[in-house]
Amino acid sequence: MQSIGEAFGLALQLVASGDGDLLEIVLLSLRVSLTATAVACLIGLPIGALVAIGRFSGRGAVLIVMNALMGLPPVVVGLVVYLHLSRSGPLGFLGLLYTPTAMIIAQTILIAPIVAALSRQVLEDLHAEYAEQFRSLCLTRLQTVQALIWDARYSLLTVGLAGFGRAVAEVGAVIIVGGNIDHLTRVMTTAIALETSKGDLALALALGLILLVIALGVNAAVQSVRMTAARHAHV
Amino acid sequence: MRKRALGAATLAILLAGQACAQDQSIIVQSTTSTANSGLYDYLLPIFQEKTGIEVNVVAVGTGQAIRNAENCDGDVLLVHAKPSEEKFVEAGYGTSRTDLMYNDFIIVGPEADPAGVGGSDDVQGALAKIAEQGALFASRGDDSGTHKKEMALWSDAGVDPTAASGDWYRETGSGMGATLNAAIGMGAYVMTDRATWISFGNKQDYQIAVQGDEDMFNQYGVIPVSPDHCPSVNTEAAQTFADWLVSAEGQTAIAGYTVADQQLFFPNAPSN
Repeated sequence: MQSIGEAFGLALQLVASGDGDLLEIVLLSLRVSLTATAVACLIGLPIGALVAIGRFSGRGAVLIVMNALMGLPPVVVGLVVYLHLSRSGPLGFLGLLYTPTAMIIAQTILIAPIVAALSRQVLEDLHAEYAEQFRSLCLTRLQTVQALIWDARYSLLTVGLAGFGRAVAEVGAVIIVGGNIDHLTRVMTTAIALETSKGDLALALALGLILLVIALGVNAAVQSVRMTAARHAHV
Repeated sequence: MRKRALGAATLAILLAGQACAQDQSIIVQSTTSTANSGLYDYLLPIFQEKTGIEVNVVAVGTGQAIRNAENCDGDVLLVHAKPSEEKFVEAGYGTSRTDLMYNDFIIVGPEADPAGVGGSDDVQGALAKIAEQGALFASRGDDSGTHKKEMALWSDAGVDPTAASGDWYRETGSGMGATLNAAIGMGAYVMTDRATWISFGNKQDYQIAVQGDEDMFNQYGVIPVSPDHCPSVNTEAAQTFADWLVSAEGQTAIAGYTVADQQLFFPNAPSN
């Protein structure tokens, strides 16, 4: 149990010392996971919106699949991406394996279904409220989607944060496609896995605490944007 | 176009009198023990300083490292499972295999020593005793070099531990460090390479129980991946790295790596 107390001290010490390696790892974690979140939103939001307002046969099945894909195991995603990006795989010629790009691809695949499924739910609920109004205004489908997304923007921010949380916390996918290469593809979670396997549990835990603080920081930043925007909206 | 630009850059560097090619980098598919013990952190800066070649290490179990290399996802293979390595070269995936260095395997166990094998230097006898007593034993169970060696030792001892899998024989299916953590958590004996053990940070009350048997010798080999099989490999840089490791200079560097005043790896490349 002394590990936990030790970890707190170590985490503070690491942050205070301004360790260059740690900063590099933190920045790469943020870069990979934030990019993956942005791309996943670009893909997942429109899909979620279309399914939310669409009425088509087989919609029930699509919903089940979308919701089920939220539970994609990271290791499986990592393995599938590895097999495609491997030099002997179909996309091997791109030379992307063991690069941050490969990690972004894997995390995007992992969280796009989360963004799609959650935004579908948010937008569908909202649509149910406004459907008659939209009909009376004779809005086109595109205008409907735009209006819904704008109106639900704060809820959708939370959807994005859920995706980011999943991305920044996963280790199974990035360790396979990134390879945990020092100074190249080592991120917070793979560094934690490495220190654990070295038996340096205190350092692993300290890195975990720092990761938690980073996630806290990102969420606080989004929250403050939201509050500032809300304040302006009421002026 | 790109080729010409590179050529110009090379010329400029040559004219400047530096044998340093900034863009050179290779990927080493490696076993975990060499990475977890800190050997690469010590060796690679020396090599990079000398050649300018950046070495990126992907540290996984020997089995996975070999498969990754077969998929052309590395330029050099550095593992410890001689029969598998020779098969790798025979199948045309690698150019040639060279003995690089060795250390040895040990069996560590809790201070209480439930099977009474502490202080033994007879690995067969110790394993037979552990099986007989049904004392907990944690295995990598992941097709790694260490796992393959462990299975060979069980077979020499005339025991099939997998028959007791889930009972006293616990296969973790994970890396050396994770398996050590698990073994220590449940009070099981576990076989590890000495280098990983010396630098391992979570030993608790664990001690070396069995060591010193010649059968527990752990040979590492280095193999550049063949450009005939994988046109994408950086042949020249890979060969430079492999050559340096087995050169007098590389061997001296390996011998110079110590943790807690103990030498972890013993170079034994054939001198040419």
